[in-house]
Amino acid sequence: MSVLNHSKKENRKRRLPLYPALILTIILTQIPFVVTLIISTFHWNIMYPKETKFAWFENFKTVVMDDRMRAALKNSITLTFGVVFFSTALGLLLAILLDRKFHGRGIVRTLLITPFLITPVASALMWKHIMFNPMYGILDGFATQIYRLFGGEGVIAWDFVSQHPLVAIAVPMIWQWTPFMMLIILAGLQSQSPDILEAAAVDGANSKQIFIRMTFPHLRQYIQLAVVLGTIYIVQSMDFVFTITQGGPGTDSTIIPYQIYLTMFRKYEYGEAAAAGVIVIILTIILSNFALRLTQDLLESEK
Amino acid sequence: MRKSNNSIRYESRAGSISVTLLTWFLGLLFFFPIFWIGLISVRQEVDAGTFPPKWTAPFTLGNYGEVFTAGAKNFLLNSVIASLLSTIIVLMLAYPAAYALSIKPIKKSKDVLAFFLSTKFLPPIAALLPLYLILQKIHLLDNIFALAVLYIAMNLPLSVWMLRSFLKEIPKDLVEAAELDGASTVKILYKVLAPISMPGIAATALICFIFTWNEFLLAINVTGFGAATAPVYLVGFVTAEGLFFAHLAAVSIVVSLPVVIAGWAAQDKLVRGLSLGAVK
Repeated sequence: MSVLNHSKKENRKRRLPLYPALILTIILTQIPFVVTLIISTFHWNIMYPKETKFAWFENFKTVVMDDRMRAALKNSITLTFGVVFFSTALGLLLAILLDRKFHGRGIVRTLLITPFLITPVASALMWKHIMFNPMYGILDGFATQIYRLFGGEGVIAWDFVSQHPLVAIAVPMIWQWTPFMMLIILAGLQSQSPDILEAAAVDGANSKQIFIRMTFPHLRQYIQLAVVLGTIYIVQSMDFVFTITQGGPGTDSTIIPYQIYLTMFRKYEYGEAAAAGVIVIILTIILSNFALRLTQDLLESEK
Repeated sequence: MRKSNNSIRYESRAGSISVTLLTWFLGLLFFFPIFWIGLISVRQEVDAGTFPPKWTAPFTLGNYGEVFTAGAKNFLLNSVIASLLSTIIVLMLAYPAAYALSIKPIKKSKDVLAFFLSTKFLPPIAALLPLYLILQKIHLLDNIFALAVLYIAMNLPLSVWMLRSFLKEIPKDLVEAAELDGASTVKILYKVLAPISMPGIAATALICFIFTWNEFLLAINVTGFGAATAPVYLVGFVTAEGLFFAHLAAVSIVVSLPVVIAGWAAQDKLVRGLSLGAVK
């Protein structure tokens, strides 16, 4: 029965169950967007309410010229790229390791997905204090042990978070996102038809050839999907920056969402924050159009 | 689901064992930080910061008791209200919508699906200021129900996509047979389809629960002391000084536990939810 041949009444009946969800989504996602757009054209700082005035595109100019925003953009790109790259690579390795029968496979998989479930703020705090603390953290505790093993005296009190703030943020994020990448890639591995692989093996292909010629091309779309979705989630998240470094020292580890947050609730420059928001939305639209084209096959196959 | 990889058959036995050991090692390595905070959460503060750990240090559950006496209770309660309420309403809205986009598709179902997906790409930080200002205007800042409404918007697109991927697997004959019997849409949804799509609905609920429980950006900005959720409570530890590792470990575990359990329960369906139903 073709979708196109229904009577008007039938179509109305079909649309009815959709309306509540659709209308609520439109209201809650589109109205804020329009409001952001409007605010972005005003000079508006709530500390100086009398100076509020229409400003055309001046806020955009301010945001683009702002050194802090530029630093944030650079850090956002570095951090997102680093986290996505390493978590995908690790996720691929773990997925390949998990895609075979062995004792305790279910347990290992459960252990591996758990970092993804821990509340991000809790996980960030745990890494900041319990892992990276220069006095009591495991990292330095472990380093001290090794140091002493080689005859060193005293303790190592390496302030990792201050010296390498972006790495200190990236490591916990990679820890959190590797399971996500692993799960999607593992699903890809397991969706291969065993018959085809078997046929290739019967025809004399060795396991390396099978992986390069058959498994990897099949996996490619899953890896793309993992990268695209991971990038979207990771680039938007500021839990780790907020908790571990607050963007510092200076602007060394600030990122776009955090910088917008500061503009909003520390500088109270509503106009500028909104302008930055509009820029982020435009960048996201460009990025996600590109991303959707990459992942179309998997999402389309559903339709 | 296929369980084994064919290529493994050609490995030697010793090779196979070492690969298994490597897998186990990496699994334990990834879990180690969690094991570690579990360990120090049952230590007294003086023993919590030592490395190598004192295995003989006295065991205590005092830190867990302290989590609740120190006032985490209200935050946890707010988290429960916001998560459960928003998840239930999301399901009530997304389930019929998913039906209209799969079993009885409307004309422009592709466009509607693309719209839902596109809202997922919108960065929440760009919506934060207007949401804050609107809530301020209507005096709903620091209101747990207002936060729940925001969470509904956050999870609706994901749930529509995910539920749709489950509904698509149901044979259409079933619905057509029920229609011939004169069943209404409501009856088909709740009497015919709901029982068989229960696993999908439950998995979607767990995914929504995980995302709302862990949400931080909206929670910290639109709530004050009254409606703050568990992740906001944790922020108090950002600049903590002195001996607090054992307490922090216990709090982290209490806050994370509901989600860890939900995630373990939804393990098989987790990837489907995270990929918006694209990957099974």
